[in-house]
Amino acid sequence: MSVTAAPRPALAGDAAAPAASRFEPLIIGFTCNWCSYRAADLAGTARIKYPPNVRLVRLMCAGRLDPTFVLKAFAGGADAVMVTGCWPGDCHYREQNFKGLRRFLLLRRVITALGIEPGRLQLVWASAAEGDRLAHEIARIVEEVRALGPFEARERVTQAAALAVPVEATT
Amino acid sequence: MTAIPVPALAPAPPVAAPAAPRHRFAMYWASACGGCDIAVLNVEGVLPLVDAHFDIVFWPAAVDAKYADLEAMPDASIDITLFSGGIRNSENEALARLLRRKSKLLVAFGSCAGEGCIPGLANLSPLSAVFEAAYDGPGTDNPEHVLPQPMWTAPEGELDLPLMAPLLRTLDQVVPVDYSVPGCPPESARIGEVLAFVVEALEGRAALPPVGSVLGAGHSTVCDECPRTRGVKHITSFRRIQDVSPIDPDLCLLEQGIPCNGPATRDGCAARCPLVGAPCIGCYGPADGVVDYGARLMSAFASVVDAQEPAEIEGILDGIADPVGQFYRFSLARSLLGGSRAARLGR
Repeated sequence: MSVTAAPRPALAGDAAAPAASRFEPLIIGFTCNWCSYRAADLAGTARIKYPPNVRLVRLMCAGRLDPTFVLKAFAGGADAVMVTGCWPGDCHYREQNFKGLRRFLLLRRVITALGIEPGRLQLVWASAAEGDRLAHEIARIVEEVRALGPFEARERVTQAAALAVPVEATT
Repeated sequence: MTAIPVPALAPAPPVAAPAAPRHRFAMYWASACGGCDIAVLNVEGVLPLVDAHFDIVFWPAAVDAKYADLEAMPDASIDITLFSGGIRNSENEALARLLRRKSKLLVAFGSCAGEGCIPGLANLSPLSAVFEAAYDGPGTDNPEHVLPQPMWTAPEGELDLPLMAPLLRTLDQVVPVDYSVPGCPPESARIGEVLAFVVEALEGRAALPPVGSVLGAGHSTVCDECPRTRGVKHITSFRRIQDVSPIDPDLCLLEQGIPCNGPATRDGCAARCPLVGAPCIGCYGPADGVVDYGARLMSAFASVVDAQEPAEIEGILDGIADPVGQFYRFSLARSLLGGSRAARLGR
């Protein structure tokens, strides 16, 4: 059974990526509206460069993170998922970022048990003023995931279907 | 086709309209334990109902019929087929496709057909490990490490066995399914209701629900039919039920730190397990609107853990001894990831 991932179709954000065969991970980032999403905005307005591998999805709070989002990202072809929120004590909704933290910790246990490297799920705290920190963390995560290589969830059902045997073969 | 008549287990009630049309009924087991067949055979009053309204044309657990008999039937000639079991090998898959073609209504009956159930937990391991455990594991005397081969040439001719698929799939991952009936196995009373409803629908007195509907269950969660008192939950430790004593008979089990799957599980069983002091293990599958059963349950559990420090949270989560078993006991094959990475990639 082949384990080589098919080359990923080009995505808009990949335009700036080098054309070489270097693996470019696709990372889905779930960001809090009040802090890290604004940190990303700030990084943009301040012209701070960070790798274009992260596609940000804005949530109202890290506490809104449904583990379904993360699993759906993996099942849909993401190589890693980044969850961001306000620093402990700074949550716009008092303590919902702790709820996000607990879901992250529990989810990390489950994906690890399913054979997914824990490094493919990362949590970052970043305030609205920390555009540089967010950019730095994104760059770090991209390099870590690049080292891990592609995540192959996409091959799941197609592989099983490829081994299906026509009716005539067994009746 | 000659079917061995089913011995009458109970006197059949008088048939209301003797001229009522006979409907054709089939039931099949794929990768399943047979419990769903037993559940249907066991339901008080169901056999007379089946007997009064249906001709059993194919049901390996109950009557003698061969695959050739099924193949000889015209397409769409079976009014309803209850299909239990997941799709693990080529025989399962062939019968799923054949029964889909022969049946007007194909029902994924029970947790295995709908979600993979316990056999779906084999999706945690690559097929080679599954074979090793089954044929060469502890308790098996197999010094020559003989494993089943799909083809074998014997003096009498070629022998073949079904091919195992790398992963167990649910019925609807293989063929289109009209309805599903959840449960491991479905509750007796619910089976009776479903079959009575199907008779009404086949005879034009009731409208069939939209394709994809769940029959024989509710639309909410086990918590909603559980009589235990629910308060605001502050979980400071998860403990296995044998480590909790005494168990408060009236208080929510999850609130007592016993991992109970009620918050994500569809109602329909009348909270049978929590009623007798055992936590819900989730056999009725995901409630309405749940995409991934385990994700919903993780969300619920993590929300009520009463800690904010990572080390303290981890300490509490340590109490969940087997996270995948807890969150995906019945639904791993149906989950968004479908199994472990090793099983998906066959290594």
